[in-house]
Amino acid sequence: MKSPILLIIQREFITRVQKKTFLLMTLLAPLLLAAVMIVPGLLASMPEDDKSIIVLDEPSILVPEDGNSQFSLEYLNPNEFDLEKGKTFLSESDKDALLYLPSGNGWDPDFIKNNILLFGKEDIGIDLQRFIERQVEEKINYQKLILQGVDPEVVEQTKTTVNIKSFTIGDEGNEETSATPLKMGLGYIAGILIYFFIFFYAVQVMRGVIEEKTSRIVEVIISSVRPRQLMMGKILGIGLVGVVQFLIWVILSGTIYAVVSTVIYPDIFAQKVPAVPSTPDLISVDQTNLFSMINSINFPVILGGFVFYFFGGYFLYSALFAALGSAIDQEADSQQFMLPVTAPMIIAITTAMNVIQEPNGPLAFWMSMIPLTSPISMMIRLPFGVPLWQITLSALILISTFFGMVALAGKIYRVGILMYGKKVTWKELYKWLKY
Amino acid sequence: MIRAKDVCKLYGNKIALANINLNIPSGSIYGLLGPNGAGKTSFIRIMNQITAPDSGVVFFDNEPLKPTDIRRFGYLPEERGLYKKMKVGEQVLYLAKLKGLSSSKAKSRAKKWFVRLEMEDLWEKKVEDLSKGMAQKVQFVTTVLHKPAVLIFDEPFTGFDPINANLIKNEIKRLNQEGATIIFSTHRMESVEEICDHICLINNGEVMVQGHLLDIRKHYMNGTYSFTTKEEQTFSGMDVLHRNFLHTGHSATINSVTYPCNLIQKLAKENQLLGFEEVLPRVSDIFIDIVHNGPKPMDS
Repeated sequence: MKSPILLIIQREFITRVQKKTFLLMTLLAPLLLAAVMIVPGLLASMPEDDKSIIVLDEPSILVPEDGNSQFSLEYLNPNEFDLEKGKTFLSESDKDALLYLPSGNGWDPDFIKNNILLFGKEDIGIDLQRFIERQVEEKINYQKLILQGVDPEVVEQTKTTVNIKSFTIGDEGNEETSATPLKMGLGYIAGILIYFFIFFYAVQVMRGVIEEKTSRIVEVIISSVRPRQLMMGKILGIGLVGVVQFLIWVILSGTIYAVVSTVIYPDIFAQKVPAVPSTPDLISVDQTNLFSMINSINFPVILGGFVFYFFGGYFLYSALFAALGSAIDQEADSQQFMLPVTAPMIIAITTAMNVIQEPNGPLAFWMSMIPLTSPISMMIRLPFGVPLWQITLSALILISTFFGMVALAGKIYRVGILMYGKKVTWKELYKWLKY
Repeated sequence: MIRAKDVCKLYGNKIALANINLNIPSGSIYGLLGPNGAGKTSFIRIMNQITAPDSGVVFFDNEPLKPTDIRRFGYLPEERGLYKKMKVGEQVLYLAKLKGLSSSKAKSRAKKWFVRLEMEDLWEKKVEDLSKGMAQKVQFVTTVLHKPAVLIFDEPFTGFDPINANLIKNEIKRLNQEGATIIFSTHRMESVEEICDHICLINNGEVMVQGHLLDIRKHYMNGTYSFTTKEEQTFSGMDVLHRNFLHTGHSATINSVTYPCNLIQKLAKENQLLGFEEVLPRVSDIFIDIVHNGPKPMDS
């Protein structure tokens, strides 16, 4: 004979993982996530259609530049065409745009740069505009240097690119390659992921509570188990679904990575991290850098932190959402309560960039101590390395708040699930705490 | 079997139960009667340990209710429902296991009940595909499957067609004969007169009257008599409530302040008296009487 709470966990878990939507979401979510990350980049990198531009270059700045593979430039003779004639020519030709560079006011580069006009038959694409701006900037800079009596070749030779290699010195004096950009990305992704995880599964708890309430089975169930057992069983059962889903995603991603790296693109992946760089050229230095950057990140702490803060945050918020679900008769009524309940998480997300910029600053510290924001803010901080005492303190606060929250939510829950047809207010919820 | 002692329950400032004292005998069919909002459901929830009283104690088998007692109760609430997406069989087993039955025992008992109530074909169906009456039968099975010592039915016949209502009524009587204590809660007082042997009338969270149904009805008899005579009566000086012509004679129901023996003598003298009985008041009439005039002390 199983304990009631185990039976509830089992039911919540089985009914959810048996659903087709679970299978679909589990298999498709990594693909969707990848799509969300890759597609915008792909779209942005997609070239615009080839464009043919006629140029009326009165000061002869661009001549004889003929564009690139995407944008071709053809020149009108300034002796035969003025701007109006150029426009007429454009409308009668199959060309896409007219670029006009005026020569007025002598040969004043500042006048020219401020009076360049571009006419298109359709909207001018951002890429085309940038391309022309770059071209003209280069030419004008060049001409300005000559006007100032400076040899542009000399200027070119003096251009310098600085690449700083940064290191962090550990407590034991060991030097590690600083991996700030990687940590920033990792922290941000971890924060966003935990936000979605907590929100997604906590909302499922709320829906489950509303379902039991509206189908009126709740009174039968709580005549067999304590309301708090029912609430905790639901929270744990759905949390377990989350863990299983997360594990499947990790395994799936790992498998896909392994397959891609060893079967489909073995060459690329073999090159990526060379065991011993053969020549200290620029590329291999970067690859070694990446390797040591990855090595400098404490992945076990991040993964462990993710699991802990997911559970901590999920338990905390799902208890809140369960109380919320018990107080209302349908999901649409949840709106008035949803914003105040989720506001801390939203604040944690909106301050993510500030936390990333100063991961050990006062904002980051306090956000990772306040239990309603700590799951997200601490996850953002973890890749940068957080003192153990801060992690411990944050975890203890989160755990104790969870127990407090369960006690409070349980009080609202046991009254709310038996309350029908009543528009509940915050004042009412407060009263239920004292029933 | 169940005894409530000074049970109080408040919701905010609203008094749901005010010092309730009642006694539900073992093996009885007990009617908890009163209008909507009287406090019946509040008391039922306390018995089921869904809520706790603010003060007072409920005794079960002479001991204060314990959390483990929950498995000896079966409860069919007024607001019924099941998980719509779950299969009937799975759901019945789940609810039985929550009441402490093993999976195998729950299954074998459930199958027997499904045969008895002619619903074997429902086992694999989803609840959302059932008619309301069928869903009610499923819920009835989930209430009784763990063979509880106490069965609490809140407005049990609501939603059943007359045939199924009768079927369920007979099953409830059978369960009572097998030893279960049955508690009915209803505001439709006439519906339990024929089935209950004990009642408790509650109004505004207070017990108005309780005890054996027949004793209460006798106690509240108010001089209403029914008789049949061969010839039509003149009814001089009588408060006639109802009269009827039957093929055997003339019947009438009257209110009379005269002693029954004097009345019988009078009727027999004037007519050929074929039958005479004192009419027991209906529970609903007793309730109205109590609401207007207050309860009549039982020892008067």
